[in-house]
Amino acid sequence: MLKKRIIPCLDIDNGRTVKGINFVGIRDAGDPIELAKRYVDEGADELVFLDITATVEERKTLSKLVEKISKEINIPFTVGGGIKSLEDAKLLIRAGADKISVNSAAVSRPLLVKELADELGSQCIVVAIDTKLIDKQWKVVIHGGRTETDLLAINWAQQLAQHGAGEILLTSMNSDGTKNGFALDITKQVSNKVNIPIIASGGAGNPKHFEEVFTNTRASGALAASIFHFNEISIPTLKKYLANQNITVR
Amino acid sequence: MIAIVKYNAGNIKSVQNAVENLGYECIITDRPEELFVADKVIFPGVGEASTAMRHLRQSHLDEAIIRLRQPVLGICLGLQLLCKESEEGNTSCLGVFNTTVKKFPPKDLVPHMGWNNFSTVNNSEILAGIELNDNMYYVHSYYAENCDNTIASCNYIHNFSSIMQKDNFYATQFHPEKSGKIGMKLLNNFLNLES
Repeated sequence: MLKKRIIPCLDIDNGRTVKGINFVGIRDAGDPIELAKRYVDEGADELVFLDITATVEERKTLSKLVEKISKEINIPFTVGGGIKSLEDAKLLIRAGADKISVNSAAVSRPLLVKELADELGSQCIVVAIDTKLIDKQWKVVIHGGRTETDLLAINWAQQLAQHGAGEILLTSMNSDGTKNGFALDITKQVSNKVNIPIIASGGAGNPKHFEEVFTNTRASGALAASIFHFNEISIPTLKKYLANQNITVR
Repeated sequence: MIAIVKYNAGNIKSVQNAVENLGYECIITDRPEELFVADKVIFPGVGEASTAMRHLRQSHLDEAIIRLRQPVLGICLGLQLLCKESEEGNTSCLGVFNTTVKKFPPKDLVPHMGWNNFSTVNNSEILAGIELNDNMYYVHSYYAENCDNTIASCNYIHNFSSIMQKDNFYATQFHPEKSGKIGMKLLNNFLNLES
């Protein structure tokens, strides 16, 4: 049986792991390679690295970091942050990333997703959707949460699936960093509407939250950052809990 | 020396890293003469079947691969290209394994992405120390139907070929290089086979 995936996310700023609340108030959380190795040992099913500042200068730093990571770990990992073109994506894939994640650039130019999928294969194209509840509607927000758009998350997700996205990483900005649980309603809506895997993100604070998202939605995986970085929940403890609740994990 | 077949398909860096981490030297090459003299050959692949076959034909790697006599390991698309034909782009493939590659029906999420265990496992050197409940990492939208060459199967929507073997040809639908310790065990079993 296919297992539900537990995915630690490492937000990278200038080569370090950081974490904020509602996308701001960043604090240092350690060396990304050391953290990555720890998570692999603990049984993480995949890793996600997001370069949260992603300037041109840092792009080179990032591809070097990706090369180092790929030598050290033997589980799949996704790299994202500031990817705007096929060339950006290829640079990271050549450095050893298994999947790349695009976000704002796909909203600006949806055909980018199709170009990436045609050239690199859908299996390595993750599209990240950051969503926020605005006037009772889950809208897509871009530029690290700084810009609101008129797009509805649900429509955008369907469009992405048609363009060949292999997977959607769905982050609720309302929940991110709050530790009050995943945004179950929008995760459920999106995962019911599209036939590609959805990774739920934002708001995990305890094992029960993971159980809720796997029980109430079709999410294939759940992503979290600070609770793992700061040892509030360990991955083995979380997986044991989920297995006891009859959720199939590795 | 381990040779990794170089063509247009996907990220082969992680395969190289895995082989090197297990203590073997390896080269990445598209030259048939280098493939013929290698101790083992790994035929990786992610991407689209018809495009991949076109690249293999253009570089005459299609003829070279089926003539190899040392142990060969196809991975993911590599497994599918070693089959007779694929529904993906209606592609005629290398024909080592006597089976057809089909697209998963949309009865569940496609691609089949993530960690899955086996539904059947036969005895094989390459499976030494690997058990039914061990999980490997899969990511694919097409699958090879079970056949005489299937030595382990996996269940997602259907039972399908997870590992195949015929003579010196081995292949896995999952990515051993991305399947943690247990994947590395399988890869090590392959690298330890007698050439």
